[in-house]
Amino acid sequence: MEHTSLAHHLILAGLLFALGLTGVLVRRNLLVVYMCLELMLAAATLALVAFSRFNHTMDGAVLVFFVITVAAAEVAVGLALIVALYRKRGTVQSDALTTLRD
Amino acid sequence: MPDGLFIFFAALTLGAASLLVLSRNAVTSAMGMILALVGVAAEFFLLDAYFLGVLQVLVYAGAVMVLFLFIIMLMDTEDAPGAYPWKTAALGLAIFFLLSAGVLWLFHWSGAVPDIAAGATPPELSTQPAEFTTAAKSFGRLLYTKYLLPLEIAGFLLLVALVGVVSLSKDAKEGNV
Repeated sequence: MEHTSLAHHLILAGLLFALGLTGVLVRRNLLVVYMCLELMLAAATLALVAFSRFNHTMDGAVLVFFVITVAAAEVAVGLALIVALYRKRGTVQSDALTTLRD
Repeated sequence: MPDGLFIFFAALTLGAASLLVLSRNAVTSAMGMILALVGVAAEFFLLDAYFLGVLQVLVYAGAVMVLFLFIIMLMDTEDAPGAYPWKTAALGLAIFFLLSAGVLWLFHWSGAVPDIAAGATPPELSTQPAEFTTAAKSFGRLLYTKYLLPLEIAGFLLLVALVGVVSLSKDAKEGNV
């Protein structure tokens, strides 16, 4: 632990966030896009915990607690929306959902 | 040079996250997501945030990903058949390399992040915040004193989400989404 500095954790969190953002931009399957969003949230929580640990404060860790709570609620509502969309349109590929464009 | 466990779990997390982004099978993506979240939980443990690590495994890798797998099972989510979309993959790779170059510059080469060890003396602040401890008790104390209002709002948010999901799935059944 004594050899791992704040920058290492921040780089890991940043790379994880970059992977998630890439997935959101590139993937067409709405469920996978949603999982990539969750990955970005997890990367942000990792950065928060690292800052909290290295600055000797508890507030960042408490904020992570709230992020996990909100993410759980968000996943429930988002998946319900995707299921409703699938029942209506029969697909979850985002390039097939072009009603507003056409 | 960081220690071996950090390297191991960082590689596990990034590898599993790449599996999530690259796989064309939604179930394989979900498995990669679970591994990545377990890796993040392990990083929490390495940062002495034991309570958050346990919470991460229980809520994310447990409840949330089971929900995801259930939905994937419920619907046919196969990608359109055909050759692997190399053009999109190259675009994604370019985006990822740009972003990671930015990350490395910001956190490593720019020198903006001070090189502090975990055991160093905390910085001087005008108001003294709660000290970082490993005990779950300190979470409870902060949640019910300083963060009481956010806690109440989070509880209300969970209630709203519950009612919203019930009404959404009810409407979908009647076919008037």
